[in-house]
Amino acid sequence: MQKTAYQREDFTSAAEVRWCPGCGDYAILAAIQKILPELGLAPEQHVFVSGIGCAGRLPYYMNTYGFHTIHGRALAIATGLKTMRDDLCVWVVTGDGDALSIGGNHLLHCLRRNVNIKILLINNQVYGLTKGQFSPTSPIGQVTKTSPHGVTTQAINPLLLALAAGASFVARAVDKDPAQLSVVLKQAYEHQGCAFIEIYQDCNIFNHGAFDGFALKGNRAANTVLLRATEPLIFGADNESALDLVGQQVKCVPSEQATLRHEPNNFDTALTLAQLRFPEFPVPLGVYYQAERPIFNFSPDVKRTINDLPALYRARASWQV
Amino acid sequence: MEQDAIVIRLTGDSGDGVQLVGEQLTITAALTGKAVQTLPDFPAEIRAPAGTVAGVSGFQLAMAEHAIFTAGEELDVLVALNPAALKQALSYLKSGGLLILNEDNMDEKDWEKAKSSAQLLQGASEYYQVLSLPLITNTLAALAELELTHAQAKKSKNFYVLGVVLWLFDLPLENSYAFITKKFQANEQIVKANSLALRAGYDYAMTLELARSRYIVGGLTRDAGEYRQLTGVEGVAMAVATMAATTGVQVLVSGYPITPSSAILQECAKLADFGVHLLQAEDEIAALCACLGAAFGGRLALTCTSGPGMSLKSEGLGLAVVSELPLVLVDVQRAGASTGLPTKTGQCDLQQALYGRHGEAPLPVFAAKSPADCFNTVLQAFTIAIKYMTPVIVLLDAYLANAAEPWQIPELADLHSTPIDFNRSALPFKRDDNLARSWNVPGTPGFIHQLGGLEKQGDAGSVSYDADNHQQMVNTRAQKVAGIAREYAPLIIDGNSTAEILLVGWGSTYGALKSAVNQCALDGLAIALLHIRELNPLPHDLREHLRAYAHILVAELNSGQFCQVLRAKYLVNARSITQCNGLPFTTSYLVSAIKAEMSHAKDCLSA
Repeated sequence: MQKTAYQREDFTSAAEVRWCPGCGDYAILAAIQKILPELGLAPEQHVFVSGIGCAGRLPYYMNTYGFHTIHGRALAIATGLKTMRDDLCVWVVTGDGDALSIGGNHLLHCLRRNVNIKILLINNQVYGLTKGQFSPTSPIGQVTKTSPHGVTTQAINPLLLALAAGASFVARAVDKDPAQLSVVLKQAYEHQGCAFIEIYQDCNIFNHGAFDGFALKGNRAANTVLLRATEPLIFGADNESALDLVGQQVKCVPSEQATLRHEPNNFDTALTLAQLRFPEFPVPLGVYYQAERPIFNFSPDVKRTINDLPALYRARASWQV
Repeated sequence: MEQDAIVIRLTGDSGDGVQLVGEQLTITAALTGKAVQTLPDFPAEIRAPAGTVAGVSGFQLAMAEHAIFTAGEELDVLVALNPAALKQALSYLKSGGLLILNEDNMDEKDWEKAKSSAQLLQGASEYYQVLSLPLITNTLAALAELELTHAQAKKSKNFYVLGVVLWLFDLPLENSYAFITKKFQANEQIVKANSLALRAGYDYAMTLELARSRYIVGGLTRDAGEYRQLTGVEGVAMAVATMAATTGVQVLVSGYPITPSSAILQECAKLADFGVHLLQAEDEIAALCACLGAAFGGRLALTCTSGPGMSLKSEGLGLAVVSELPLVLVDVQRAGASTGLPTKTGQCDLQQALYGRHGEAPLPVFAAKSPADCFNTVLQAFTIAIKYMTPVIVLLDAYLANAAEPWQIPELADLHSTPIDFNRSALPFKRDDNLARSWNVPGTPGFIHQLGGLEKQGDAGSVSYDADNHQQMVNTRAQKVAGIAREYAPLIIDGNSTAEILLVGWGSTYGALKSAVNQCALDGLAIALLHIRELNPLPHDLREHLRAYAHILVAELNSGQFCQVLRAKYLVNARSITQCNGLPFTTSYLVSAIKAEMSHAKDCLSA
């Protein structure tokens, strides 16, 4: 099975993909299947672990090992897998309800421990699989089946949460820009530690167009900033604008005036960028924050064997009868 | 006979070090060939106010020259280091027993803290042999020549007590000297102080010429071999290390701290060199789920919990049942519901273990009968989990976890190196003769598959929403678990197998039930005893044993959970003897309950 070059087909299973026509998950699946051959690992070395939600079915569509688990617990299961099997590349596919509501605790601790897994949080700001209730990322005012008069409680900001939890890699992408998504997926793979990517995904049935203002191809130039290390944070149809820091405040300025350069290792700037709200500001896409931290795993080396059991049994005083 | 056992309880404030004295006394007794059973009794609050009843910490030890099964009920000797301890334990002291008091902690304010008064002791000398000992004064005097602060010197008082009781039971000092030297090796001054206090206590007791002949017990005849003291918790940890070493497969032990099962985590934390890795999870759910992840990765896994944590794990157990991944869940039962009596024992999670899951989710449930048996039971649980690709629940309880008994150390030659048959078939749900699926491990080329909680179909285990297939899969999983009974050793009837009465029990009550059966025999009441380790699936030969007796009594530390199971499954007129007070059964309670049940049965017959 070892091949020098893998193709996309090597990572595609025979299962029929069954998301609603037009779902953003198709693009995300395609981006994953596009970059995996480029990583050089054989299909059997990847594991996709998912929770419950529309995107939870993604492992069935991959020709890799997969585990479609229970609601909210994918990260806890992946933690047990990756810490005991450091040789595997473990990806977690989760959603806004899965990771930020029922499984919120596991997300905090996975990020804090820096388990070397790659978390794809597919955020469509709605519960799709259960047919249209509001989620913890639904903005105030969003009308859903369980919020007929609009959501009244504040949404979670996933990036701020990840940063506060001590994540060592925090990024954002959108389903409608597969090229940028692919770049971020590769960066996440290369990161040594826990990588957290929020992927905005259009649920075209229950929350259609939620991200169109900045995610549609025609709107992207004016309303997104591609974060690139050491480069200015430029946006606009003709790259005419940039984000700049004036004191602690982020301002939109003509690009030639901007002095701010993106430093992914600057935690304070990452916090500031993560707080920007569309449409007052363009949406930054790419790696907000990246740092090197010790990784949590268990050593595969075993120092003691069956021959050491007699000594272990006698760790307390023993006597002969 | 059981009645020849000497029972001592050491009680004091939780800061008085009585657990340490108890452990040293136990080890010394065992080293000199005594049979020992112990029961530590910790307060629920870590630092309850000193001197209060809530802060009393106790350690009970029974020793005898023959095999004994419980840590005893009535005390021959009570060491009470303050009025609160005395208040809590005095009623357990036998008339004629020896009461050792610390008179330095018996002034008015000490009595007030215990919400009691010195009247408690009035007339005590008529019932008991009282030794009132100026413990702190004597300890300080013994250490006067050392350059220690008052507070430092006072700390050695528990070794003074140890010296007194060692003399009382005619036990040697050497082991305790060795312990002190090792334990406090970082501080020579403390080694000196504790050794002096130990000797001073021993000498003090000797000069009092206490009548100790009745406290001296002879040696015991056991099977030849090497023994050590083993608590239930240590038994679990030894079993985990043994699994790692004999299979060559690393083990994940994952749990969330909860009393009393946290001790298992602490014990397993010492085993990393054996490839046993401790993950202290963020919650109970994560602990079980991490085990699922490890098992999917082809590693062994154990999670442990108590009462409330057991409930949190049930959703994950459902996934383990459907994905057919092996793991072991140890439930150290405690008295509930809810927080209940978190440090006290019970057997009240049985029906939760058997049935407490959504959907149809059968799995094997085993229970250990004694501290040393925890080792065997956990080994058995792993063996079955691997062979049948299933989660297994092991029921222990707070009593088993903390109690200790001599354990015959296994010979290396008896420990077989058993490789696990991973990747048996490229089709993950291809079943063998036992209906177990193939344990296919990520990283293996050609064995790629996806597991999940959705219903499976066929050898490939593809997702299926088919109605008939679901019925068939429910049947197959049930049949697989039912088949595990073929692995069991035949049931053994203890006591008098020709009796009319069969006493049935399970788990930690074995010792108490056996003592009760012995006592009943002495009183002329013949009883057969059946103690059951495998609670699901039940042993095949259980039906015929139940049919063979006119009267079936089921004794358990809950409100009759196993009795209900037997009645429902075998349509027998089993009757319950129950107790839910957080304590183990006492022999006397059982004997009178058995007699009451039997006289009631006779009344019914004659009416």
